[in-house]
Amino acid sequence: MSEQAAQPRSPTESGCPDGFQYMHPAYIKNYGQWAYHDRPRPGVLHHVSKTGDEVWTVRVGTQRQLGPYEINLLCDIIDKYADGYVRFTIRSNMEVSVTDEKKVAPLIQAFEDAGYPIGGTGNSVTMISHTQGWLHCDIPGTDASGVVKSLMDELYDEFVNEQMPNRVHITTSCCQINCGGQGDIAINVQHTKPPKINHDLVANVCERPSVVARCPVAAIRPAMVNGKPSLEVDEKKCICCGACFPPCPPMQINDPVNSKIAIWVGGKHSYARSKPMFHKLVAAGVPNNPPRWPEVAEIVKKILRVYKEDAQNWERVGDWVERIGWPRFFELTELPFTKFHIDNWTGARNSLNASAHIRF
Amino acid sequence: MAQQTPKNPEKHCTYVPKQKKSTKPYHNTPMLNELEKGPWPSFVHGLKRLAAENNMMVDLMGQLEHSYKTRLGYWKGGTVSVFGYGGGIIPRFTELMGSDGKAMFPESKEFHTLRVQPPAGNHYTTAMLRQLSNSWNKYGSGLIAFHGQTGNIMFIGTTTKNTQHFFDEINEYGFDLGGAGPCVRTSMSCVGSARCEQSCANEQKIHRLLVNNFIDDMHRPALPYKFKFKVSGCPNDCMNSIQRSDFSVIGTWRDDMKVDQKEVKAFVAKKGRKYVVDSVISKCPTNALSLNDDDTLSVDNRNCVRCMHCLNVMNKALSPGDDKGVTILIGGKRTLKIGDTMGTVIVPFMKLETEEDYEQLKEMAENVIDFWAENALEHERCGETIDRIGLVNFLEGIGVDVDPNMINNPRVSSYVRTDTWDEEAEKWKERKAAG
Repeated sequence: MSEQAAQPRSPTESGCPDGFQYMHPAYIKNYGQWAYHDRPRPGVLHHVSKTGDEVWTVRVGTQRQLGPYEINLLCDIIDKYADGYVRFTIRSNMEVSVTDEKKVAPLIQAFEDAGYPIGGTGNSVTMISHTQGWLHCDIPGTDASGVVKSLMDELYDEFVNEQMPNRVHITTSCCQINCGGQGDIAINVQHTKPPKINHDLVANVCERPSVVARCPVAAIRPAMVNGKPSLEVDEKKCICCGACFPPCPPMQINDPVNSKIAIWVGGKHSYARSKPMFHKLVAAGVPNNPPRWPEVAEIVKKILRVYKEDAQNWERVGDWVERIGWPRFFELTELPFTKFHIDNWTGARNSLNASAHIRF
Repeated sequence: MAQQTPKNPEKHCTYVPKQKKSTKPYHNTPMLNELEKGPWPSFVHGLKRLAAENNMMVDLMGQLEHSYKTRLGYWKGGTVSVFGYGGGIIPRFTELMGSDGKAMFPESKEFHTLRVQPPAGNHYTTAMLRQLSNSWNKYGSGLIAFHGQTGNIMFIGTTTKNTQHFFDEINEYGFDLGGAGPCVRTSMSCVGSARCEQSCANEQKIHRLLVNNFIDDMHRPALPYKFKFKVSGCPNDCMNSIQRSDFSVIGTWRDDMKVDQKEVKAFVAKKGRKYVVDSVISKCPTNALSLNDDDTLSVDNRNCVRCMHCLNVMNKALSPGDDKGVTILIGGKRTLKIGDTMGTVIVPFMKLETEEDYEQLKEMAENVIDFWAENALEHERCGETIDRIGLVNFLEGIGVDVDPNMINNPRVSSYVRTDTWDEEAEKWKERKAAG
């Protein structure tokens, strides 16, 4: 090996690349000049600029995890039927723009022929935002790609049509850290048993004071177990959140039976009408049931069916529940209301009904 | 869940090649195979195509199937980085060992992810997508996630040795690693000015200005915990910045919204008065809209809170005003450890027009990160620091004056010491007088 080759290469700390070098020329020309848009059909956005320019954008659902075959397949379509430019939405949909309306139909046809759905615009159920799960995460209670694939199969018609009162954002998360974020409907792992501790490994693997500090309810304390320094959990205090597991893998929180799935509704980040809201718990104890998680799909579809029937135009799930009230939500969805729905965390009193406002 | 028969099976998302170039026999994957069914494009077809190419993905499918069977994950972290950086790579080593102490799926026993920052706004040419894919095919599994929840392109699955080779190659053509660990993380911005009429800001410029100013804090993790910037061009907040970022920049305007009365009339004529009253007027959160007898619209702009609803519905008739800028909210995060916090208003309005304006934004971010890095506990997000020390102490720390736009309502508890009231009242009067 030459001396030069042995010298490691110093990185160029270039940071976030400039998007303009990859941007559709019509986007560059009309940057900051757009006047309005409409949707000629589900999955297609039509933007008109103050300069008179127009672009049609086709939104394509993907499986998020892409390999060279599908990247080339999709790029071939974009090169042949569009202008060679593509962007991704926050929910892993591809957006392909053309400046000629006549190109839209053949472009859609080409994507559909290759098996990729067109949709996810306006008041549809768009692609589910998903995390890594068993494929790559070090602390997952479930898979992400499989849950999303199963649900998108079930909700396919809602992706390719715009039939909901307003847009529906669904998220998934494989642990309670909730990387998937807030959603109109969120499908998140919820552990139900305290961690199982491998005391032989704790002293070697874990920085014990950090683990003690990580617990939100101060349920972990240092202890000598079988003559070895370890940690113990006050199981009466433990809320089974799994926060100790990432800094201390010998505190195994995941369990094939007791790691369940919980479903939350009403999160939204838009400021339209109401202020942004966090999602709220509606169902827990749902089995983590690969490969298709049918129990999750059943509850999600039920909530969507009731929302579709009962909500007014433009109401997001959270807006709708605020209008009809939680008792009606549980009545309409036929989900059981339990003591677990009543919050007891810091600030919980703000979530109680401090009024005689009751719907009969 | 019917799946249509492809016109050309070799140019279809379900295609799996008959020819096998990988030398290791496939594992039996009955559970994953179930996920090949149904109309949505399946990641399992993708994994199988890659497994036909390389042994790493053959064994990856073996481990994933094992997870499906046992309902447990089997990856552990470790320490892997490229020369000169401390973060940006998520190391993964298999935990599945056989009774002989050797990895059950040895070809994927190292399966690291590189987090790479996408171009602002997630714009690509097909040529660049293919180039990234080719580089990853050369040095990794071939599998790429567009994009992770923080906003990175995630190149999933390679060995320790190849992380350096792959990084060297893509770094040469303009791509850099994102953040992992206690550091400034990769940012996200919406499509914004590039293709959206609601945009009130230059999202791309803000995004790159903020994140590239802290590139050292991204590549060398030394902060109390993660710190995220997100940029949305309007209060629709498509980037979910209020809930998912420590420093949220949201475009807005402070003059009157624009009303094209001709288009309002056309909208009423098309949709009908009932629709306009039910779906626009009565959905305004501050009752700032009124439909006039001649089907034009009156707007009480002083009480409009820029929620975006009417602009979203009557897209052609209503638009943001001309005096644009941004609102800055600090402290959004998810559950760990004290529970969810939304970002809260720290700067109600900042004009971003001149280079000096942008410099002011950058300084604001520097002040926030400096104060937080100095005062936070280990593993404490900025929103948690604010919760622990109180907003007023935080504001003093970053040198920002109090403003009634920061609160929903003044305090309700009388347990507060107010012996410097006169001085504080004087400060308010001085600020008002200074305009």
